[in-house]
Amino acid sequence: MTEVRPDPKSVAGKAVPPAETADLVVIGAGPAGLAAAIEAARAGLGVILVDEHPVGIEVMGDEVPLHFGQAMTGAVRNRNAMMEAVLAAAPEIEAAVEAGVDVRLGTAAWGLYANGPGLAWLPGTLVGVAADGVAHLIGARRVIVAAGRRDMGLAFPGWDLPGVVGATAAVTLARRYQALAPRRVVWLGSTSEALAAALDLKAAGVEIAALVECAAAPVGAPDLVAALAAGGTEILAGHAVRRAEGADRVASVTVVPVDAAGADAGPARSIACDGVVLAVAAVPVVDLLDAAGCRIGFDPARGGHVPVVDGDQRTSIADIHAVGDCAGLWPAKARDPEIARAEGRRAARAVVASLGGAAGPEAAPTDGPGQPEVDPSAYRTAWVAASVVHAARDCTVCQCEEVTAREILEVRPPRYLDAAHDARNDRSLASLLGEGPPDPDQVKRLTRAGMGPCQGRRCREQVAALLAIGGAVPLDRIRLASHRAPVRPLSLAVLGSLPEHPDQAAHWDSWFGMKGQWRPFWEVPPQFRVGDDADGPQVSE
Amino acid sequence: MEDIRKAAVVIIGGGVTGLSAGWWLARDGIDVVVVEKGTLGAEASGRNGGGCSHHHSPLFREEQRLWPMMDELLGYPTEFRPNRVRLARSDEQMVLYGRALTNAAAQGFRSEVLDAKQAQELVPLAGEGIVGGYYYAFGGHANPHRTLQGYAWAMQDHGGTLLQNCAVTGFRRAGGRVVAVETERGAIACDHVVIAAGPHTGRLAALLGADIPLAVARAEMIVTEALPLMPLGGVDGNGLYGRQTLRGNLAYGGGPHEWLDLPHEGAPPKPSTPLAGNIARRVAELLPKAAHARVIRSWAGVIENTPDGRPIIDRLPEPDNVIVATLSSVGFGLSPASGRAIRDLVVDRACSFADLSTFRLDRFAALEPDWRERLGWLSAEAFAHRQGSAV
Ligand SMILES: Cc1cc2nc3c(=O)[nH]c(=O)nc-3n(C[C@H](O)[C@H](O)[C@H](O)COP(=O)(O)OP(=O)(O)OC[C@H]3O[C@@H](n4cnc5c(N)ncnc54)[C@H](O)[C@@H]3O)c2cc1C
Repeated sequence: MTEVRPDPKSVAGKAVPPAETADLVVIGAGPAGLAAAIEAARAGLGVILVDEHPVGIEVMGDEVPLHFGQAMTGAVRNRNAMMEAVLAAAPEIEAAVEAGVDVRLGTAAWGLYANGPGLAWLPGTLVGVAADGVAHLIGARRVIVAAGRRDMGLAFPGWDLPGVVGATAAVTLARRYQALAPRRVVWLGSTSEALAAALDLKAAGVEIAALVECAAAPVGAPDLVAALAAGGTEILAGHAVRRAEGADRVASVTVVPVDAAGADAGPARSIACDGVVLAVAAVPVVDLLDAAGCRIGFDPARGGHVPVVDGDQRTSIADIHAVGDCAGLWPAKARDPEIARAEGRRAARAVVASLGGAAGPEAAPTDGPGQPEVDPSAYRTAWVAASVVHAARDCTVCQCEEVTAREILEVRPPRYLDAAHDARNDRSLASLLGEGPPDPDQVKRLTRAGMGPCQGRRCREQVAALLAIGGAVPLDRIRLASHRAPVRPLSLAVLGSLPEHPDQAAHWDSWFGMKGQWRPFWEVPPQFRVGDDADGPQVSE
Repeated sequence: MEDIRKAAVVIIGGGVTGLSAGWWLARDGIDVVVVEKGTLGAEASGRNGGGCSHHHSPLFREEQRLWPMMDELLGYPTEFRPNRVRLARSDEQMVLYGRALTNAAAQGFRSEVLDAKQAQELVPLAGEGIVGGYYYAFGGHANPHRTLQGYAWAMQDHGGTLLQNCAVTGFRRAGGRVVAVETERGAIACDHVVIAAGPHTGRLAALLGADIPLAVARAEMIVTEALPLMPLGGVDGNGLYGRQTLRGNLAYGGGPHEWLDLPHEGAPPKPSTPLAGNIARRVAELLPKAAHARVIRSWAGVIENTPDGRPIIDRLPEPDNVIVATLSSVGFGLSPASGRAIRDLVVDRACSFADLSTFRLDRFAALEPDWRERLGWLSAEAFAHRQGSAV
């Protein structure tokens, strides 16, 4: 047998051991993540729990990880105060520390990597984290992702004004940071998740002036609607928003009655407010899971695209579990954090058992999602039709790259190419595929919608809904646009702080490093044998 | 699809090679169908660095002649921009990158040697640590996605057909020829077949009894947010290839690759890895004034490679109406020319503008059967398997 040495230019043998290791890394210190971390630590596992909050004001300004919409007060500049606020908001964090969990706040997980098909050289499952301007990798025997939810964006003229904020972002600013600026808001969306969040914000002292719902009646739990109405919120069903106005922040919003197709059906009116809260859809945060290669499916009962999990919350990658809102959202779960906690504990017990530990006693099982209260495909598409399409096709859907709904539907090249005048560039969505639904990744590359520094957080669901409308297919047939690490924007300097294997440093130059590849064609011998090509200078492309 | 029962030419693979060939054929009024198992550019063609500077290739002159005309010829923007700068951060890199100059000069292309000061003047984001560089008055870069889509749309404008989400599953033969290509959605009768299926080219050709030596590897890239445009976007070096896009993003790749086994079913997975961090560090070294720029994505692509790293563009000896085209990791830049060469082979049986003898399949006639082992181009699984069986 020939002696086989790995290609020196390949990754073989170049894995760097991670900077630190843990039995379990839990990502996200909400109710589910904390419950999981505490359960596992009490069973004797070495647990690291990371959470990106408090995030700095610059990161918030990038709309990462949530659609903060410049709705934060100046208090967020004070990092120490924010750290205290985040700690005070979640007493379980102290319990976790007492249970022996290594809790790291202000630490963002930006990557999750596992060996699998097409990838075999990593030294195990890795979590990429960054804090204080340095990135490093944690080797994890198991990972529980508890990354929570974020908000579907919804474009209308003026939605880029400061004060137009996602519901999760608003609640996070009010509850975890004590730093929400708007005091009187107009609320868009009426699912039970939305209503529960509205009541939460109201309890934090924010006036909910009006609740706007494009469907003929609120879609969420009647008791929650009644509670809001009793508190003085005007319920405006069968309405959509036409624009937000204000000089440098939101000062008012114009709403209008709409018909079933989302078109104007009555006179518009203006409502004074200093915030508009986007609560059309709470979306499970699947970015890390998707980037890692966990199977994701569209489940209408669980809030759209969610990881496929088994009874132990295990994803299609056996080392990785998903719990809490990122594993699926439904009305009961939005109202009762015990469901998320139970998922966390269930996953932790499975992790403990799989590592040979003694898990605690079984908890009483919790209810699953049951029937969805609305079909999320139809509901989200209706909002986009009523708001984005009818408000103004020329309004900007992707704020980072300034791409309008019309440009997405017509697959226009971006304006910086100045090719818009070219008649032949007017290609419809239909011309992309002919058969099958439009592919959001393809559209994103051609129009650049979703390709900016907010990493598509504010536009990906809207773009998907636009493609559903343009392609005349239900939203659930539009593939999930891919997520890629780093799922948080990280500077070259920070990401570049990851170490490199010393043997790798010498092997960067010249592509695959084949001896003969760049030899000019007039010097190439007529026959090729590996043995004849061993010498000669390395040439470069 | 159900209506398409025959075509003069069926091209397997909707990457740049297949689509460019389809466009060249359709321009000549030839009835062509490109069959792609995913969406166009699903493999390397949609995931590459966009570089167009292949001075070693017999297609180089045609590559250089065509690129500046492509927007016009296609009628769609490719974002092509000419010329390139390569920056060296060590004397070794300076020597290595300098070897390109001789290749180019022999074909009449001009280059300039830059000292550290000139290099920094030309590249505003560069800084300390540059020992020098080269200005190539040739080559350049384009946007892979826009180029791919441009080929597809232009081919359709000329009456060609693109079938996506439709895998080719086999061939029907009669009388020493392929008479139909079988797909997931029915057979397409044809006079000629072009196999331009990237990493899958070997498997498909094997169905016809042809042995195409090919190994596949995964390579990775990163991209940053947009920065103010440099006067010249085609800046690389320090072991990296890449460019500043016309939008302003820095898109760079490089570093080690992972050899893979092609899965038996479906498209190969393309996960990216923490190598993104090592690429980021090299970009920050190359362009220190961009060190603050935020990386917003990384990705990976699966690359087809022949044992000598050169394309195979050739007619199979048998069946006689099949052309195999695999570009061996430099296929994006060469695509305007490779498509034309394929058109020539299909229609005229010989390339009218370049000597393709170094792309012939029979150069591997004496190739060692264990060439992958000798080169060490084995997947981790294959290595583990060998070690297991050696014990
Ligand atoms: C990270 C990276 C950087 C690169 N940088 C550069 C660069 O700067 N410059 C350069 O010139 N090159 C570069 N390359 C290489 C270049 O991208 C490839 O050489 C080129 O894209 C190959 O094109 P292709 O059309 O021959 O093959 P592919 O792009 O692989 O296309 C083949 C197509 O065939 C389809 N297919 C396969 N099997 C079937 C079937 N049974 N039925 C139907 N369809 C099938 C596949 O889905 C695929 O879309 C890079 C590649 C990568 C991954």
